[in-house]
Amino acid sequence: MKCDRRSFLKLAGSSAACLSLTQLGVSLSPVRAYAADLKIDGAKEVFTVCPFCSVSCYAIGYVKNGKLVSVEGDPDYPINEGALCAKGAAMFTMTTSHHRVQKPMYRAPYSDKWEEKSWDWVIERIARRVKDTRDKEFVTRNKAGQTVNRIESMFLLGTSHASNEECALTHQFARGLGIVHMDHQARVCHSSTVAALGESFGRGAMTNHWIDIKNADSILIMGSNAAEHHPISFKWVLKAKDKGATVMHVDPKFSRTSARSDFHVPLRSGTDIAFLGGMIKFILDNEKYFKPYVVDYTNASLIVGKDFGFKDGLFTGYDPKTRTYDKSKWDLELDSKGVPKRDKSLKHPRCVFQLLKKHYSRYSLDKVASTTGVSEKNLLRVYEAYTATGTGTKAGTILYALGWTQHTVGVQNIRSSGIIQLLLGNIGIAGGGINALRGEPNVQGSTDHAMLYHILPGYMAMPRGDWGSYDEYNKANTPISNDPQSANWWQHKPKYFASLLKAWYGDSATEKNGFGYEWLPKVDKGEDYSYLFLFDRMYRGEITGGFFMGLNPMNSVPNTNKIRKAMDNLDWVVCSELHNSETTDNWHRPGADPKKIKTEFFLLPSAHRLEKTGSVTNSGRWLLWHAQSIKPQFKARPFGEMYVPILNKIRALYEKEGGALPEAVLKLDWPKAYDPEDLCQRINGRFTRDVVYKGKKYKKDQQVPSFAALADDGSTSSLNWLYSGSWTEEDGNKSLRRDPSQTKMQAKIGLYPNWSWCWPVNRRILYNRASVDLNGKPFNPDKAVIEWKNGKWVGDVPDGGWPPLASGKGKLPFIMHQHGMGHLFGPGRQDGPFPEHYEPAETPVDKNLFSKQLHSPCYKFVTSAPDVLAAPADPKYPIVLTTYSLTEHWCGGGETRNVPNLLEAEPQLYVEMSPELAKEKGIRNGEGVYIESARGRVEAIAMVTIRMRPLKVHGRIIHEIGMPYCFGWTTPGSGDSTNRLTPSVGDPNTTIPEFKACCVNIRKADKLTELAT
Amino acid sequence: MQTGRVFPPGRKENVMPKTFLIDTSRCTACRGCQLACKEWHGLPANKTKQFGWGSHQNPQDLNPNNYKLVRFSEHLEDDVVRWNFFPDQCRHCEVAPCKETGDLYREGAIVQDEKTGAILYTDGTRKFSKEQFEEIRESCPYNIPRRNEKTGILSKCTMCNDRVHKGMLPSCVKVCPTGAMAFGERGEMLKLAEERLATVKKRFPNAMLADPDDVMVIYLLTDAPENYHSFAVAAAPQSTMDRKRFLAKLARPVTRMTEKA
Repeated sequence: MKCDRRSFLKLAGSSAACLSLTQLGVSLSPVRAYAADLKIDGAKEVFTVCPFCSVSCYAIGYVKNGKLVSVEGDPDYPINEGALCAKGAAMFTMTTSHHRVQKPMYRAPYSDKWEEKSWDWVIERIARRVKDTRDKEFVTRNKAGQTVNRIESMFLLGTSHASNEECALTHQFARGLGIVHMDHQARVCHSSTVAALGESFGRGAMTNHWIDIKNADSILIMGSNAAEHHPISFKWVLKAKDKGATVMHVDPKFSRTSARSDFHVPLRSGTDIAFLGGMIKFILDNEKYFKPYVVDYTNASLIVGKDFGFKDGLFTGYDPKTRTYDKSKWDLELDSKGVPKRDKSLKHPRCVFQLLKKHYSRYSLDKVASTTGVSEKNLLRVYEAYTATGTGTKAGTILYALGWTQHTVGVQNIRSSGIIQLLLGNIGIAGGGINALRGEPNVQGSTDHAMLYHILPGYMAMPRGDWGSYDEYNKANTPISNDPQSANWWQHKPKYFASLLKAWYGDSATEKNGFGYEWLPKVDKGEDYSYLFLFDRMYRGEITGGFFMGLNPMNSVPNTNKIRKAMDNLDWVVCSELHNSETTDNWHRPGADPKKIKTEFFLLPSAHRLEKTGSVTNSGRWLLWHAQSIKPQFKARPFGEMYVPILNKIRALYEKEGGALPEAVLKLDWPKAYDPEDLCQRINGRFTRDVVYKGKKYKKDQQVPSFAALADDGSTSSLNWLYSGSWTEEDGNKSLRRDPSQTKMQAKIGLYPNWSWCWPVNRRILYNRASVDLNGKPFNPDKAVIEWKNGKWVGDVPDGGWPPLASGKGKLPFIMHQHGMGHLFGPGRQDGPFPEHYEPAETPVDKNLFSKQLHSPCYKFVTSAPDVLAAPADPKYPIVLTTYSLTEHWCGGGETRNVPNLLEAEPQLYVEMSPELAKEKGIRNGEGVYIESARGRVEAIAMVTIRMRPLKVHGRIIHEIGMPYCFGWTTPGSGDSTNRLTPSVGDPNTTIPEFKACCVNIRKADKLTELAT
Repeated sequence: MQTGRVFPPGRKENVMPKTFLIDTSRCTACRGCQLACKEWHGLPANKTKQFGWGSHQNPQDLNPNNYKLVRFSEHLEDDVVRWNFFPDQCRHCEVAPCKETGDLYREGAIVQDEKTGAILYTDGTRKFSKEQFEEIRESCPYNIPRRNEKTGILSKCTMCNDRVHKGMLPSCVKVCPTGAMAFGERGEMLKLAEERLATVKKRFPNAMLADPDDVMVIYLLTDAPENYHSFAVAAAPQSTMDRKRFLAKLARPVTRMTEKA
């Protein structure tokens, strides 16, 4: 354009929303054009990462004069390529919203108002409350007389909203104080993933990564609504579809995912194991499995001991009193050297393969159809399409999320898919794997940094009372293998554990004092400190105070009516939040009298993602750095700048006053001020003295080059061994890498090894040595992940660098497992080595077609008065309810409901129901309804839709309805917590609650009080 | 289907208007576009409700605060659910009836950027009376123009004309995750549209391009237009040629009019 645009732009102003009259009549040559300056002209561009699902799209914050003027997707980032979903697109108004909590706020006991306070004031007061509680209620010994050094009456919950650095820091904060009730969103979203994928393959994470989905020939989306909850994933799903992949969606509801899939198959919530068990039987009956893979890389050929058995829905070793199994009954048979016995012909009647066949022989099409509500035709349609990938040259991937995880059989749902993928040879290959779609802004990182009661950073067990010393801990937790073909990687655990303790206690951790092991809190063997049990204890008045960071349990924990009452029993609580939420403001919730609520509330204004520096880890384990675009607005602070000074204040009090086990607090190597870069380096780990490693000299305080350099002699420290190698002397901060270069082989599958860094050791596809044959040649040369060429591996970083197995010097590919093989038989889980169908804790049927055992014999529950369940097939609650998220709101909605542009798109709580059910109940679309369970009642607006189908189950019609759970009373007129309906029951392995299936009834509302009309 | 014309007659040859291709077979209705549009243009939120509505389509219709709206429409076809998403916006007609109508009353209130082809509602549109606005709206074959009752200004998609002049993609196109939206030189987009159509037709034999010869925003539909939205294609003719149709025809080059009329 040749015209002098700028001269008339001056007149037009810079707003793009509307053109000015002054532009009219200006005759321009050669063409008439109308354009104004852009608000982003001349702005500084700062890279940030979207703070929602774990696709973790990169975005650019545009900053002018210290002010944010716009946010857009980063076009260079190979995963989102500039794209964002509705939530990501709203980042500008989200960040600049004045609705945010702007100053530290305080609510005194029995008060009916918030008061503004200074940071100094709240930090001082919080420190005092923490110290007093700790000193008064510290438990030195448990009932068994074991030293436990813990504080049970104080909790810390949260958060996946924190950066890796903040997670590492707050974990140290909690353990330093002796907190055992520590948990966060990962417990209620994907804890079952870690347990299931860990059992199946050795590591509990998404096996592949977002871009790799494009390499699939077949995509089964089940228990996930990927297009809505991980919208950018569909970029890669559709790329696969463009190349001919079949995309199948199996889910109770026809959703935006179904709309873009080749076909959708509705099934009844809570029957996934029946569905998948039928697929396992189909694979075995029709020999669809990839035999060389099954024989060489899975435990199909191992012989199980004579004690193992399965009868009437129970495995051997069950104790009905404790609702647990004696897992020793499932032990493998070992030879004289302690190596598992194998029958590679797979014919031994007690080999895993034969046991698997026997177990799933009961999963006939008719029983599966009758249980799931899926027609036999539709079952076969999925089975045939998906199992066609078991050839070695085709790839099938499974995408799942909370539709599988949030069940009393959550772990076993995912285990079923693990078995399928191992049988088909789909693990370790490009376009394969089990892609656990993690859903929170840094939930992979917060899980790795283990903001969870039962583990320490890097997936090491939480110390227990019966492991009294550092040596006992290591003895109990370090597996041994006598098989020369097994890498048994966890044999190195003591090095990682010692390095963690060195990072936590610095110079105070010595070989002599077990690196400070004594100061750590210890849990009781078999005791559960997760959400469900914490809130039950709170309800019973056993909890004094604690911390909620970026977490809204008063909306997102089952049986919310109970949970809200439970919170009233706290003496004090600290909430770090962006907005007032159902949790921060629980003291004046509808129906509560503030004058009767004793709790002292501290509300700390949190900084938004664009205001923070640090790293997050996406679902595919990529480490991503986000820089601060603008300074925290108002008086907000990053979590790090809250928890560092709070603990420093507590430490000052202990210095001065002494108290309960002051060493645990005072010996911590704790920073004076929050410095994300320093912490990120400390996560990677440092040498604590001058060391020569692999012929290279490293000085004290220099970065370790990888976890192979970590040692158990106190010469290294690392806040998380998995992240060792992420920030090295040689290459600096690798999460900043933005180099798209790839070899031809890497480019073929979109590996991007030079873009950012991923754990472990930048290996992009886990278990990739299972993608090659015994000679190191790829089963599928077209989409090779690695290949043994000229005496070395090329492609991805191999999962263990040993030469191919045929060389005689090789190791089996599943190196994190004691025996090196993928687990078809998974003897480590609480509820059985093979997944078995059990009905949800609340079910519309009163019998199980597969066995006499109706429910999981091991599922967990709590027993306070409000924890009631409907009886099986209870006529009062005949309808199945499933709950879910939606694109426009994030989880409990505490953040997105306060973004007006997002609330505009999804304004009110609705219930999706079929026209058939609506007719039966006399409900019309758009009308207010009540949904009632044995625990509570919720108002919603009826959304009558053909996308919900009545299902034929056990020969009769069963209706299922679905509701989001993102609405809450602090957004007036939008509705209130759906979780007032859901039950406090959980998976026996991880206590993830069963949000996805319970029983309710529905009727037309007489009057709406929660919803604007 | 005739899509060979790369720029309308009367334009200088070196001027190549821009064109959107909206491939609904790829749209997941994530509403990134709807939100990105609001954010870029700084448009305030409307108060919306599910009560009495019961649909994911929110707000219910285009309005002065929503230049882009993803429409949701569902129906059963041989017992299979079809859920169609239609990211609705101004089509930036080659010769725009709204501009033709507006020019009758106030020339220059509605303008066309001759470089990009964008049809733009200026501040001057506030001078239209309500009745004149109704005529302008009526003239639009796609029911796009909206009026801000407070200011009187007419509003609709701007094609992010400012961005386009700077070589940037419109906000909605840039944000789109799945490639449902493409934007570029008209010739390229028409070529892409034909290619995509050929591919999509294998699965959906009735797939079509909506009014590709007449508009700068071409929709690829996999289902009958009425299964998306009443105005997915230019409003259907009544028994006799109505005003809207007439204007739409008028807007076309003479040869085409004689050919089809």
